Amino acid sequence: MTLKATDVRNIAHLARLHIDAADIDQYAADLSSILDLVDQMNQVDSSGVEPLSNPLDATQRLRDDEVTETDERDKFQQIAPDVDQGFYRVPKVIE
Amino acid sequence: MTSSVTEIRRALAAGEFSSVEITQDYLARIAQHNPALNCFISVTDDIALAQARAADAALARGKAGALTGVPLAHKDLFCTDGVKTSCGSRILDNFIAPYDATVIENFRRDGAVMLGKTNMDEFAMGSSNENSWYGSVANPWNTAHVPGGSSGGSAAAVAAGLAPGATGTDTGGSIRQPAALCGVTGIKPTYGRVSRYGMIAYGSSLDQGGPFARSAEDCALLLQTMSGFDRRDSTSAEQAVPDYCGALGKGIEGLKIGLPKEYFAEGLDDSIATVIETAVAELRKLGAEIKDISLPNTSLSIPTYYVIAMAECSSNLSRFDGVRFGYRCDNPVDLEDLYKRSRGEGFGAEVKRRIMIGTYALSAGYYDAYYLKAQQLRRMIKQDFQQAFDSVDLILGPTTPETAFKLGAKTDDPVSMYLQDIYTISLNLAGLPGMSLPAGFIDGLPVGMQLIGNYFDEAVLLNAAHSYQQVSDWHLQTPEAFK
Repeated sequence: MTLKATDVRNIAHLARLHIDAADIDQYAADLSSILDLVDQMNQVDSSGVEPLSNPLDATQRLRDDEVTETDERDKFQQIAPDVDQGFYRVPKVIE
Repeated sequence: MTSSVTEIRRALAAGEFSSVEITQDYLARIAQHNPALNCFISVTDDIALAQARAADAALARGKAGALTGVPLAHKDLFCTDGVKTSCGSRILDNFIAPYDATVIENFRRDGAVMLGKTNMDEFAMGSSNENSWYGSVANPWNTAHVPGGSSGGSAAAVAAGLAPGATGTDTGGSIRQPAALCGVTGIKPTYGRVSRYGMIAYGSSLDQGGPFARSAEDCALLLQTMSGFDRRDSTSAEQAVPDYCGALGKGIEGLKIGLPKEYFAEGLDDSIATVIETAVAELRKLGAEIKDISLPNTSLSIPTYYVIAMAECSSNLSRFDGVRFGYRCDNPVDLEDLYKRSRGEGFGAEVKRRIMIGTYALSAGYYDAYYLKAQQLRRMIKQDFQQAFDSVDLILGPTTPETAFKLGAKTDDPVSMYLQDIYTISLNLAGLPGMSLPAGFIDGLPVGMQLIGNYFDEAVLLNAAHSYQQVSDWHLQTPEAFK
């Protein structure tokens, strides 16, 4: 499996990661060698095997729909990069 | 200084020294040795001494808990209320956690003292601790070598006597591999045994917290405090926790131990094989029955693991967006630029590689070929273990294929680094408990022996390890420079 520079740029965009142009080729080589490793999975026929997502085959535990958390906005916003009057500030989205 | 958790508890109860005194001793050792080792990202002197004073008051009132006054270190992946929790990443360099992880709460409840937060591979992604924003950690046995990872700071701190015990987390071997490379004892419990609440997530279906210490007996004490059902962790096991210390000392007469032939095949350093065979002979003398077994899908565990771990990490790490907490880039021109540059500048190269592979594996058209296929192989790997446990009580092998390698030796080749995890990662895929304990040395570097147990059989593992440590002294060795 060989990824090209355009593939890396596309994946980086999907992951919302800025990658410096100078590093793209190195990432293409590294990701390709990881995918070569991953391709070893195809040595085995696993058709019909039920996928395992939780190692103990556990299912989601449910609870009553009641309030368990209190409002801690002020505490949480103390560590935010930019807040104003209780809101998180980001660059303008709508013109 | 070679004090154990067990010994410190005894001495505190007997009034031989106070918690403040022993805490000051450890803080002084950290100040002396951390510059050479870089085990700690944060040293929490003030908190440690305040907790130690409270512990001394509790001891004086006869109100001691299970670990009252015992100083410990925590991997910088467990959220600690009011204390920086970096996860080894620039993106969380300014993150002061607003709450405690359940594991941290449990240690507070039982009276332990927090010395500080330990270094680690960024977001627990690595096998050498060289992926930390805060620099690599040196192995106390030879400072030109890696301590292993991702919990390298915790393992090195215990090995060098900068803490008698420490917490770690293990997604693919991140407790057992550094324990092996640093010559300490570490246990990764069954998935669900220790709460993941407040443990910064990497691969949520694989992550498990556990302790490092100098012995199985100490690990039993620490695991007792860490374990138990937590409603705040959706995959926490609703199972009673047995008395781990009470399970020690039963001996291993008649215990059936399986040696998987795949764990002694090509790729294993010959001298490690010899060390493990010598340890097996000791266990046989103690009455264990040794059987040859097979785990035929072992070689598939690395590709399977990396697809699942990277897919889960690409999803988990999407929360780091530069908006609500953590690093934000300077002067973003728009929201997309804010996301991309905050993440691009905040994450290191290995984290970016794993996020991109995970993103690719989960993207439209590739899901079946990668993620679904990996989940099918995951079940086949689990079934290998289930079949093996029909005929044995424990599985034994080396923890790693080689001893601690040199700093920088594998940083240029991510895949060669991944191959270090060959014996450890299949347990995370299956959700089984495993531990590593010291079994010898090669050229002055420790060798780890791995024991693998059936689901929720931590007590069986700890008892077997304790039995071995009663007839061996590898776990009592201390690196010369840190005596």
